[in-house]
Amino acid sequence: MRKAVAAPYLVWMAIFIVVPLGLIVLFAFTDSSGAFTLDNIAQVGQYAGVIWRSILLSAISTVICLVLAYPLAFIISRKQENQQRTFLMLVMLPMWMNFLLRTYAWMTLLEKTGLINRLLGLIGLGPFQMINTQGAVVLGMVYNYIPYMILPLYSVMVKIEPHIIEAAQDLGADNISVLWKVLIPLSKSGIVTGITMVFVPAASTFIISKMLGGGTNLMVGDLIEMQFLGNAYNPNLGSAISLLLMILILICMFVMKSIDTEEEMEGMLL
Amino acid sequence: MNRKLRAVMTAAIAAGIAAAPLPSVSALEVSDPGYYDAMKGQNISLNVYNWGEYISDGSEGSVDVNAEFEKLTGIKVNYTTFATNEELYAKLQSGAVNYDIIIPSDYMIARMIREGLVQKLDLSQIPALSNIDPDYMNAAFDPTGEYSVPYTWGTVGIIYNTTKITEPVDSWEILWDEKYKGDILMFSNPRDALMIAEKKLGYSMNTSDENEIRAAFEELKAQKPLVQSYVMDEIFDKMGSGEAAVAPYYAGDAITMIDDNPDLAFVSPKEGTNTFIDSICIPADAANVQAAHMYINFLCEPEVAAANIEAIGYSTPNTAAFALLDEETQNSPISYPSQEIMDKAETFLVLPDETNALIDQLWTSLLSTSASADEKKEQGGGFSPVWIVLIVALGVLLVLVGKKKKQKTDAAGVPEEEEEEEEEYEDDEEDNNQDDDVK
Repeated sequence: MRKAVAAPYLVWMAIFIVVPLGLIVLFAFTDSSGAFTLDNIAQVGQYAGVIWRSILLSAISTVICLVLAYPLAFIISRKQENQQRTFLMLVMLPMWMNFLLRTYAWMTLLEKTGLINRLLGLIGLGPFQMINTQGAVVLGMVYNYIPYMILPLYSVMVKIEPHIIEAAQDLGADNISVLWKVLIPLSKSGIVTGITMVFVPAASTFIISKMLGGGTNLMVGDLIEMQFLGNAYNPNLGSAISLLLMILILICMFVMKSIDTEEEMEGMLL
Repeated sequence: MNRKLRAVMTAAIAAGIAAAPLPSVSALEVSDPGYYDAMKGQNISLNVYNWGEYISDGSEGSVDVNAEFEKLTGIKVNYTTFATNEELYAKLQSGAVNYDIIIPSDYMIARMIREGLVQKLDLSQIPALSNIDPDYMNAAFDPTGEYSVPYTWGTVGIIYNTTKITEPVDSWEILWDEKYKGDILMFSNPRDALMIAEKKLGYSMNTSDENEIRAAFEELKAQKPLVQSYVMDEIFDKMGSGEAAVAPYYAGDAITMIDDNPDLAFVSPKEGTNTFIDSICIPADAANVQAAHMYINFLCEPEVAAANIEAIGYSTPNTAAFALLDEETQNSPISYPSQEIMDKAETFLVLPDETNALIDQLWTSLLSTSASADEKKEQGGGFSPVWIVLIVALGVLLVLVGKKKKQKTDAAGVPEEEEEEEEEYEDDEEDNNQDDDVK
């Protein structure tokens, strides 16, 4: 019975996830005539700088998201239920608007003649160079992906009983110990989910770097796009880069996961 | 040639604010209405794949060309759009889609002819072809003129803000001028960007000489610190608002920009430039070849072509349609540049695969190296595979450490696991204080 219910999803997965993944692997190890080759993988090496920058920028964005989202998620989770709903709504509200349009709006805000610089100009400051920098790319990523950090954190934190925190405080723990010894261990699974949900799409984004990075802060997503829609149509190299990116992300997730399960093991022993 | 994302955005926003009722439009006149009756009532549909914002679509009081065609012939038009030639190519190449009409640019048509992706036209089925200026037929990309019918053409030039650049502009050199550092925009499309550097150096834009291409990329590298950003459609906004002072762009779009901001001016550089022709083709695997010919013929009708040209601002190869345009457009040096400029202009031809690969590789390295010299030094070591290896090693190390810890904790857990879980839980409660201390 259970299998029958899962069947549609399994079929879906097979057709739209497993088969395309297989195709990517196939493309990555063949040349345009279909013969086996390792050239594509070897060629990815010359783009190591781009991949490194993608990982670095998305890691920075992830950390900023976590630092911003963690207290917010905690505050929301301590509110009354109807207030919680309002706050969650405010978090999700920007997601109702198209992703592209939101990024486009940032472009007009950050430009030299943009809104922020014009306002600063009124009080005699600037203009500052904000757009076309790596900072702008990070800002775009933080802005677009922070809901994916807040939501998993909130859903974990809302389950933490206030008594537990009170108990810790009764036993003489100050705020910092409550945070480190009670809150963070109890919300670990939320942190791990949040990091994964922000880091993975941030590492492979391409439109943010294109719009806010001025086309000079190339990310690995742009690189893959260029292989498929660029001047030299080269799906084989594009697949190879995608494959390598996937492997790198898998490693990152595996590391995160092992930290998570390790904590669970310790938790079980306690 | 990526067109008018901005317009789409504006349209999306405008549609959200108010869905303005469109004024009704009178039917277009065609030369031989009987010709279009052939397929009436057969319930045929035609898949048309065109550039975004590249047809008169009934907005702002213009004629809705596709609706008129449907009314005239009874053939349903499924109209979809693409943003770059390469996107169109990738779609066709994958074989996953089926189009009856496509409108690629010159070099892409040559590539498609070479690879058998487009079919020969039956020119006898397109009587309105007589309206097309023979100068635009038989161009280098389709020397026999059997595969494509010219739709529009245009040139690339320099658009600049006259309040920021007061000196006379007549050369691509302006895009390398230190004075305008940070105010220069550049194409984010390798073929167009390379063309400018090649013309500046006096090479052909169709060279496959590796040394020439590398030299041109050296020029682009030297230009990079001066460039504000590499963009396509964003040029509309950035030039319109005065964010940037100078940019290369397509003549037809320059007219639209000058309409919005009268401070802007357009010039064709003296070194020569690129002239492009976008032509209508029928893919090799089209399902409704006859209906496709009918659609091509309809687009060549003078009134239809004139309506399209008025809507999109590019130049027309259709002499009968040209005669219908207003005098101002006919005499516009932007849309219809002098013979002198046209003599020095070149069209893109298809390049060998190795050259394309080289261009892509150089282009990627151009974009991925940091602009300023300090950053280059700082990150010089960052661009080596060594870092990747280090990251992977670190990852593996972390995993291993994690596993070891797990094993240790597992080992420690063995005696306790022999007991029942519930008991363990009670034990835990009893030991709570101790554990807390440990922690």
